[in-house]
Amino acid sequence: MTSPVPTPLHAIHQALGASFTDFAGWSMPVRYGSETAEHNAVRTTAGLFDLSHMGEIEVTGREAGRALDRALVGRPSKIGLGRARYSMICAEDGGIIDDLVVYRLEEERYLVVANASNVHVVAPALVERAEGYDAVVRDASAEWALIAVQGPASPAIVAALTDLDVPSLKYYAIDAGTVAGVDVLLARTGYTGEDGFEIYCEPSSAAAVWEAITEAGTPHGLQPAGLACRDTLRLEAGMPLYGHELNRDTTPFEAGLGRVVSFEKLDGFVGDAALATRREEGPRSVLVGLVAAGRRSPRAGYAIADPATGDEIGTVTSGSPSPTLGRPIAMAYVRPDLAAVGTKVHVDVRGSREDAEIVDLPFYSKK
Amino acid sequence: MSNPSHLSYTAEHEWIETRGDVARVGVTAFATEALGDIVFVELPEVGSKITGGESCGELESTKSVSDLFAPADGEILEINSAVVEDPALINSDPFGAGWLFEMRVSGAPDLLDAAAYDALIEE
Repeated sequence: MTSPVPTPLHAIHQALGASFTDFAGWSMPVRYGSETAEHNAVRTTAGLFDLSHMGEIEVTGREAGRALDRALVGRPSKIGLGRARYSMICAEDGGIIDDLVVYRLEEERYLVVANASNVHVVAPALVERAEGYDAVVRDASAEWALIAVQGPASPAIVAALTDLDVPSLKYYAIDAGTVAGVDVLLARTGYTGEDGFEIYCEPSSAAAVWEAITEAGTPHGLQPAGLACRDTLRLEAGMPLYGHELNRDTTPFEAGLGRVVSFEKLDGFVGDAALATRREEGPRSVLVGLVAAGRRSPRAGYAIADPATGDEIGTVTSGSPSPTLGRPIAMAYVRPDLAAVGTKVHVDVRGSREDAEIVDLPFYSKK
Repeated sequence: MSNPSHLSYTAEHEWIETRGDVARVGVTAFATEALGDIVFVELPEVGSKITGGESCGELESTKSVSDLFAPADGEILEINSAVVEDPALINSDPFGAGWLFEMRVSGAPDLLDAAAYDALIEE
């Protein structure tokens, strides 16, 4: 085992008294104090996250867009300049290799942001899939730190620090500018279900950006926020997490994300034949939301049964007590014929059958 | 992190305060920090018999769920209904208001003193 890599903000996290966890080879802050307080800060004011573990892959060249159309399930060549799309990279059999955010920075320059745990697979796959195109793929993860400010107060906090016009930066848009005098890419994206920003900068500038945001944000109620609350925030927002809802044995259609798959592409794409078949046949299981009736939370891996027959009909992929709803919530894959909203199920919570009901996703939407 | 010297401890991160054959039981600050915010606690019923080293309840936080292990053989005399109502007390005051239950201890349980427990969690 190699020891986990610290992010450029490690010393700041230590000074803030963070607890750390090893995550995809990185030493990441899991919480600074109470993860429930951090969760609530993001929902009501703002939270500040270090996401420097995320992988950044640059794709440049005359045919960068066309190469990405071939490599991914979406159609990056159609992304407008300065805009972003959620996408996925799939294997030939349609299984999900990773979920991604693709930013079009310039006409012939894209930034593909991959999960930390997958960037070592995604980058080589993109290199291989771009062969024959006039495009260059480069894993630039080491050149970017990533800081996120999320929550309803985040536009006011960021506006006070940037030369960019924050009100005109739309959701899923990105622009180059400065924050606290530092050159950054400022994106209006996130993984919390709130309005917010993701700020890409050089690792050597990350501390200055973090401290300026802390200073500007503290009067608004901003708090540093760790990976623990990031997970409950994304779960409430019904956002899938790779390794839980998404994996190599799942296609975008099971995950309810068939809309990100575009079959109308010049050169086709890797996995298109398998995914066309799956679209035709329908998913084998369906991703649903669950709300538990009691106080014990369904957790990843717990079995779901049909109360009428006792038959196992699915598996929980993520579950946690929801700080916002005050009850346990979960995402799960279940048999398509028993996936309707309102269906009552049993979850096997460590040997006891607990009542739960299938509900619409997301569990939480911002006002 | 300081573990009070007048308490005894188990390797499963419970503390036990013995007064004659009656003992008050809780979990340590080390345990609550590892768990994160506790949102649900399930305690044994008053009058039930518990067996040292075996699970007698559970503590659930946003991130995980952990068994609560009986620190000794015995019978449950009282549970702290305040922590059932407000499990956050376990995080805010694990050695005080966040106690979990009182039990009548039978036999002589194998416990650690504060110095031995400090050494255990240093590892």
